[in-house]
Amino acid sequence: MTMKRPGTPAPPAARPPAAGATAPVQVSRWSTAATVTTACAAVAVVLLALAPYVIGTNLTQPMVTLFLLAAMASLWNLLAGYAGMISFGQQAYLGIGAYALYLLGRAGISPFAAIPLAAAAAAVAAAGIFLILRRLSGGYFAVASWVVAECLFLYVTTQGWLGGGTGVGLQQLSSMVPVVREADTYWTALAVLVLCAGGGYLLVRSRFGLDSRATGGEPVAAAAVGVEVQRTRRLAYVLAAAGFGAIGAMLIISGLYIDPASVFNINYSADMLFMVVIGGLGTIEGPLIGALILFAAQQVFAQYGAWYLVGIGALAIAVVLLAPAGLWGMVSGRRGWSLLPVGYRVRSHRRSP
Amino acid sequence: MIGLALESGDSTVSGTDNALLAVRDVHQQFGALMVLTGVSLAVPPGQAVGVVGPNGAGKSTLLDIVAGGRRPDAGRIYLGGTDVTAVPAGRRTRLGLGRTFQVPRPFPALTVFENALVAAVRGAGLRRRAAYQVAYGALEQTGLAARANTPARQLTLLERKRLELARALATEPSVLLLDEIAGGLSEPETDALVGTIRSVHAAGVTIVWVEHIMRALTQVVQRAVCLADGRLLFDGTPEEMLRDQHVRRAYLGGTVA
Repeated sequence: MTMKRPGTPAPPAARPPAAGATAPVQVSRWSTAATVTTACAAVAVVLLALAPYVIGTNLTQPMVTLFLLAAMASLWNLLAGYAGMISFGQQAYLGIGAYALYLLGRAGISPFAAIPLAAAAAAVAAAGIFLILRRLSGGYFAVASWVVAECLFLYVTTQGWLGGGTGVGLQQLSSMVPVVREADTYWTALAVLVLCAGGGYLLVRSRFGLDSRATGGEPVAAAAVGVEVQRTRRLAYVLAAAGFGAIGAMLIISGLYIDPASVFNINYSADMLFMVVIGGLGTIEGPLIGALILFAAQQVFAQYGAWYLVGIGALAIAVVLLAPAGLWGMVSGRRGWSLLPVGYRVRSHRRSP
Repeated sequence: MIGLALESGDSTVSGTDNALLAVRDVHQQFGALMVLTGVSLAVPPGQAVGVVGPNGAGKSTLLDIVAGGRRPDAGRIYLGGTDVTAVPAGRRTRLGLGRTFQVPRPFPALTVFENALVAAVRGAGLRRRAAYQVAYGALEQTGLAARANTPARQLTLLERKRLELARALATEPSVLLLDEIAGGLSEPETDALVGTIRSVHAAGVTIVWVEHIMRALTQVVQRAVCLADGRLLFDGTPEEMLRDQHVRRAYLGGTVA
């Protein structure tokens, strides 16, 4: 069915009457601030890429954690902040990515080269799992996605060929020269972050972004104006899962070892929720800021054990009460700032006399 | 120019041949409650039809079934002679069926312009400049152009009602379904909205308008139908309906004019 207007006799075309826009409307999708921001981001990526030569791999090692946290936050925000799918089960794809990389490594494929395949494995799994989750929304979706992750966890613990509950190691990388391995790991983690955050940004700017922002807020109305709601949700879920698969692959590469209890852990989802809510749900900038805050808190306060968790919880409560739109949401909402615009601003239009 | 296509509850095809929109013998039940029992209605192209009836008569359910938000228990919906009963809402929109919601459902995270733009892109199938133009034209038509860059969550009730209309217009409908778009508005606000709907109708859009506010309805429609207890109680001109004894008893109570 491709015809726009069925029926005979053809009704007169439903054009807006003459009062409608005769002068072309100017729509802006970019800004000077956005040019500056993307230029700064590009310079930052280059500088970060040079870091292993300058400051050595001892100092770059913790940065891998930061990159992966930021990538996770960006992807979780793509799901929750734009497509309206709050998931507590994305650790499922971290695990699938990690175990896929382990199996590919056993099959003789170099771990770094296998990362895209691990991402693809997670995407394929997500396409299947989405069939179970697609009818659910809101809290039901969140809980069901968690249940799926728990099922995968239980499955892996019972499977000897996957190392059962004790986990599996990545032997190929253990024989590499440590400094080379650490530098390669660092660069790959940086690449994963650039792909997840940058790809997510481009995605949200595309027509898919318009679909998902509409679907996330009002799925019924989105369907009524012609948006393919289920296809939008599925695409967001599968693409995010591919990213989580790559991150999971990086978890086993950077740790050289993975066990089901640590990778299928809901703490990952809690961290993602924390970063995105603190930084600003439904903004491009927010998750990156949230990742920096969580990373800093981990580095400085993690030694205090339980008090660290109390502090993180208190910070989350304070932000939700005082700045419900998140730290970036508060700043950008008050000043109308957007460093990385995703929308369509009407710039000039014919004023009625 | 008014094609009055009256239909009784029988299932002959006559009367729907030249209809742009036809509802045929639709039944809908919620649990034990019969909401619609054999409703048929044929609307020729270019006609504006008002649908009135007491609360719970099944008006909104009927509109939802026509728009594709709900699949009826029995009966068929035809758009331009094509059976669209099994066609989901989004595709019906792309076939030219636009709707508004009784309780406005703006996309809160989007600006007013982006709300209309989604409709122009997905509903009317337009790209880039053409989509911008149609979306902005819909805002100008509904008096929302000055609010184009405002996040939709900041709109007042009147503006939300207008945005409902703007978004439906941006899908470039050949049939426009309005669900109590004047409800909750003041008289001057209603008049402004009626003016917009009149100009939309004048441009050739077929309109099916569910409304309680007779004053608004009679300024636009040539034909009025009354639903009561899930049945079509009356079908004729608005003037005739206001005089009709059955309608007065079921709905108007003899006090509303």
